[in-house]
Amino acid sequence: MHNFEFVKPSSIADAVAALRQEDAQALSGGQTLMPTMKQRLAAPSVLVSLTGIAEMKGIRASGGVVEIGAATTHAEVAAGAGAYPALTALAGNIGDPAVRNRGTIGGSLANNDPAADYPAAALASGATIVTNAREIAADDFFQGLFTTALEEGEIITAVRFPVPERAAYAKFQQPASRFALTGAFVAKTSAGVRVAITGAGEDGVFRWTDAEAALSGNFSAAVLNGLAAPEDGLIGDLHGTPAYRANLVKVMTQRAVAAA
Amino acid sequence: MPKDQGIGASSKRREDVRFLTGRGVYTDDLSLHGQTHAVFVRSTVAHGRIKAIDTAAAAAMPGVLAVFTGEDFKDMGGNPAGWLINSRNGEPMREPKRPVLAHGKVRHVGDAYAAVVAETFQQAKDAAQQLADDSDIEELPAIVDMAAALADSSNRVHDEIPDNQCFDWGWIEDNRAAVDAAIKAAPHVTTLELVNNRLVPNAMEPRASIGEYFPGTGDYKLTTTSQNPHLHRLLIAAFVMGMPENKLTVVAPDVGGGFGSKIYHYGEEAVVLAAAKKLARPVRWTAERSESFLSDAHGRDHVTKIELACEKDGTFIAFRTETMANVGAYLSNFSTATPTFLHGTLMAGPYKVPNVYVNVKTVFTNTAPVDAYRGAGRPEATFSLERVIDKMCRELGLDPFEVRRKNLLTKDMFPYTTPVGLAYDTGDYHATLDKAMAMADVAGFEARRAESAKKGKLRGMGLSTWIEACGIAPSNLVGVLGSRVGLYDAATVRVNATGNISVMTGAHSHGQGHETVFAQIVAEKLGVPEASVEIVHGDTSKIPFGMGSYGSRSLAVCGSAMNRAVDKIIAKGKKIAAHMLEAAEDDITFENGNFSVAGTDKAKSFGEIAFSAYVPHNYPLETLEPGLEETAFYDPANFTYPAGAYICEVEVDPDTGKVDVAAFYCADDFGNVMNPMIVEGQVHGGVGQGIGQALCENTSYDESGQLLSGSYMDYAMPRADDVPFYNVDYSCQTPCTHNPLGVKGCGEAGAIGSPPAVVNAVIDALHRGGHTHVTHIDMPVSPSRVWSAING
Ligand SMILES: Cc1cc2nc3c(=O)[nH]c(=O)nc-3n(C[C@H](O)[C@H](O)[C@H](O)COP(=O)(O)OP(=O)(O)OC[C@H]3O[C@@H](n4cnc5c(N)ncnc54)[C@H](O)[C@@H]3O)c2cc1C
Repeated sequence: MHNFEFVKPSSIADAVAALRQEDAQALSGGQTLMPTMKQRLAAPSVLVSLTGIAEMKGIRASGGVVEIGAATTHAEVAAGAGAYPALTALAGNIGDPAVRNRGTIGGSLANNDPAADYPAAALASGATIVTNAREIAADDFFQGLFTTALEEGEIITAVRFPVPERAAYAKFQQPASRFALTGAFVAKTSAGVRVAITGAGEDGVFRWTDAEAALSGNFSAAVLNGLAAPEDGLIGDLHGTPAYRANLVKVMTQRAVAAA
Repeated sequence: MPKDQGIGASSKRREDVRFLTGRGVYTDDLSLHGQTHAVFVRSTVAHGRIKAIDTAAAAAMPGVLAVFTGEDFKDMGGNPAGWLINSRNGEPMREPKRPVLAHGKVRHVGDAYAAVVAETFQQAKDAAQQLADDSDIEELPAIVDMAAALADSSNRVHDEIPDNQCFDWGWIEDNRAAVDAAIKAAPHVTTLELVNNRLVPNAMEPRASIGEYFPGTGDYKLTTTSQNPHLHRLLIAAFVMGMPENKLTVVAPDVGGGFGSKIYHYGEEAVVLAAAKKLARPVRWTAERSESFLSDAHGRDHVTKIELACEKDGTFIAFRTETMANVGAYLSNFSTATPTFLHGTLMAGPYKVPNVYVNVKTVFTNTAPVDAYRGAGRPEATFSLERVIDKMCRELGLDPFEVRRKNLLTKDMFPYTTPVGLAYDTGDYHATLDKAMAMADVAGFEARRAESAKKGKLRGMGLSTWIEACGIAPSNLVGVLGSRVGLYDAATVRVNATGNISVMTGAHSHGQGHETVFAQIVAEKLGVPEASVEIVHGDTSKIPFGMGSYGSRSLAVCGSAMNRAVDKIIAKGKKIAAHMLEAAEDDITFENGNFSVAGTDKAKSFGEIAFSAYVPHNYPLETLEPGLEETAFYDPANFTYPAGAYICEVEVDPDTGKVDVAAFYCADDFGNVMNPMIVEGQVHGGVGQGIGQALCENTSYDESGQLLSGSYMDYAMPRADDVPFYNVDYSCQTPCTHNPLGVKGCGEAGAIGSPPAVVNAVIDALHRGGHTHVTHIDMPVSPSRVWSAING
């Protein structure tokens, strides 16, 4: 790890100002950024901690919406977002207790790891990503591997989830990392069904629209029996071929539907 | 009532108190006055020619004290292979020099070719990066696949070895024609091609070394993560650095696991010693986890074709194997013994089979060196046998339990000499098979299978009846077989004046619990409390000699040396007692810590005798030396042969291919058991590693020689939820006939016997589920492989 300055502002405005310094980078739970720095793959000169900002923490539920401060840890979501049970279940199954006690929802979404769990929840739920500057619909936020709509120096301050009528997340763990080899988040609202798939796509999280159409007509696992997820654009690596992942896309979606 | 101390008691592991409270002292915990930090520069390409390394910029960086390259060590000796193996044609193996730092060429990703020593770790790290940037290395095509390596003599790992072959070994060459003829004439032959997957050892503590040099005396000291400090001293002093052994002390303090990977001497150790001399300051290095992945000696990595010839009723006629064994880029110290004498000699298994022939070709590749890893050769032999037996049963429609029962050696056949040169002293393989079947409730399987089916899961059951040779090893025998060292061991038992005892053992405990078990044995034999016995290990300046711990040898060999030293103590004690009690030496008996005159109430306690030995006022000084300290060396007469039967039940999810180990049953014969709790722990750990190999661990190099599974993000270690609740039994005991404790060794058993039981269970589940086209899946039997096999 290279040397760096560390600041811990207590307001969003101060954080945004601090991030204007050269090579400054936001630090939330550090569960992704610190290992990257240890391997010398990232070398920010200033780390701006977001965990001292009260307005970026906590969970508020009202009017069918759950809003979560970006610096809220996975463990806090698992314990406190009871208004959205599928989300608490997802959060409670990220990594291990140490990761859940440090890692945050804002960090996870900003990082947009193609195998991370939260992006599936945000995309399937039609969540809104709130930043210091604007509000971004989940459909516009995720833009490929480790890429998002965030501008330089822009920080996520909160995430707003409309609570679906029915929802569930089914995750098949990659045997080594225990990230999602393939995870399917299914959300049913009055407007229809959304299915978001993580872990499988070469461009990160994506919606499986064929399944959405089928499920919007008949919300049952069986309705997907005749459907096959396309292999095109799916990841092939040590842990599975695109064909294997395509199978998991379907199996995990069916399991999520059954559990919702 | 179970005993609460001494032999056979489940005494709590005394060393765990310090381990579990953070008070252990590992190499990296030591902080020395004036210490400096070494960082190694490792090759990022699998194969390359070093054209130039410009050290000037790195050497001028802040805090940098010294920069080393392969050039600085080129006149030192090579790190040797411990066994000389001859090829079938009589030629000795090809033995390329393994330099301290790569010189001329780099031969695997992670091959260290330079080092920087600086005041701080960060400074050394920065300079190492600079040195990497200033290195001109011409990348050459990588040699990764073994078959391709043997076939293509234009591309060579070592320029002087045209076909990349180290040796082509036949065992036993004289059996070959008879085996070929038997297979040709046999009513049935089953053939199986399989891979025994390469494993990264992943000891919890990475390798670490601290070199010190004392200019006043010219002495060196190496503190290092070693399973065998004396072996390290021998290799470094006599072979690599060329110094008298009495000028080098090697200390291995607390060591956090080895599994074989810390038997060997590695170049980093020589570098920190040489650097310490140059700077006259301590030089330390601790591997980062990614360095461990790239540079620890890996395990296994065999590609094997096995043929099993039998009668239609499953009676074995012959086994024949052809194996390619990867030795990686250089010969690590035991790399030539592992695929040969720890593998080929076990290829008869626990069976009555008249004809066995083993062929092993060892191959150099641009990958990390491969050497002994928990089980070492014996897991490979067991896996090949137990898998092909299962395949044969399926082909002939025979019951795998009955086929084993029919072919196992019977207990009246011992001692038994196998067609591959071992003499099994004792055993009762049917007893462990019966025991395992009773534990596993084999009869109730069908009901459990039906339950699983209701959940959409395929249930299967797999068996393995395994044997190993451990208690390594009789020196004269291994000498004939090519070993360049003896494999006896030594111990000193020092009774202090006040009656407490220090035992200096050549064994090294890096998790096994020797401090507890060895104390139990000494306490039992001398009739003193366990707490008054201290076990000292891991320091060449304190211990007479020792070959260390590996090959499940510590108790059988080092323990026997200790036992012999204790016998000498008792014998001397009797002489002292005879004098004090004014009786004939022959009339003195020793029991429960008391020396007494037979048939009288005259007695002296052990403590009184010890005191008298050191305060010899009333003592036979004319005929007996004062003091009470004895050293013994012990060279085993034979290997020991633990054996057992393992049964695994799995549930397979056919939709995802995920395998869950539903139950695991072990019935082992370890001979006499000194501490049941520790034996159970060893079996748990071994089976856990075996399940890891069978289901999780995948060491994958791509065709350019990059390690794809170089971190825990991609290398799947078994976790708590991957392993079941273990059911372990060791009540079938046929004590070893040739060592005084009657012990056989239990450290590797679990890792040897379990992988085939797991894979057999998976194949069984798939067959019962109707997927009868699947005859084999290579390890690790990962979800994607199972799913692909089902849908293939
Ligand atoms: C062992 C382990 C296991 C894991 N397992 C899983 C798993 O199963 N599933 C899963 O989904 N994840 C997993 N993770 C990742 C974990 O969830 C991380 O917490 C998450 O990816 C990043 O969150 P963080 O708060 O730690 O972010 P940090 O590491 O602090 O930051 C990550 C990146 O996001 C940026 N950033 C952080 N916060 C903001 C913000 N508010 N606005 C803008 N940019 C920001 C940072 O600058 C950095 O680039 C695992 C991590 C580890 C170490």
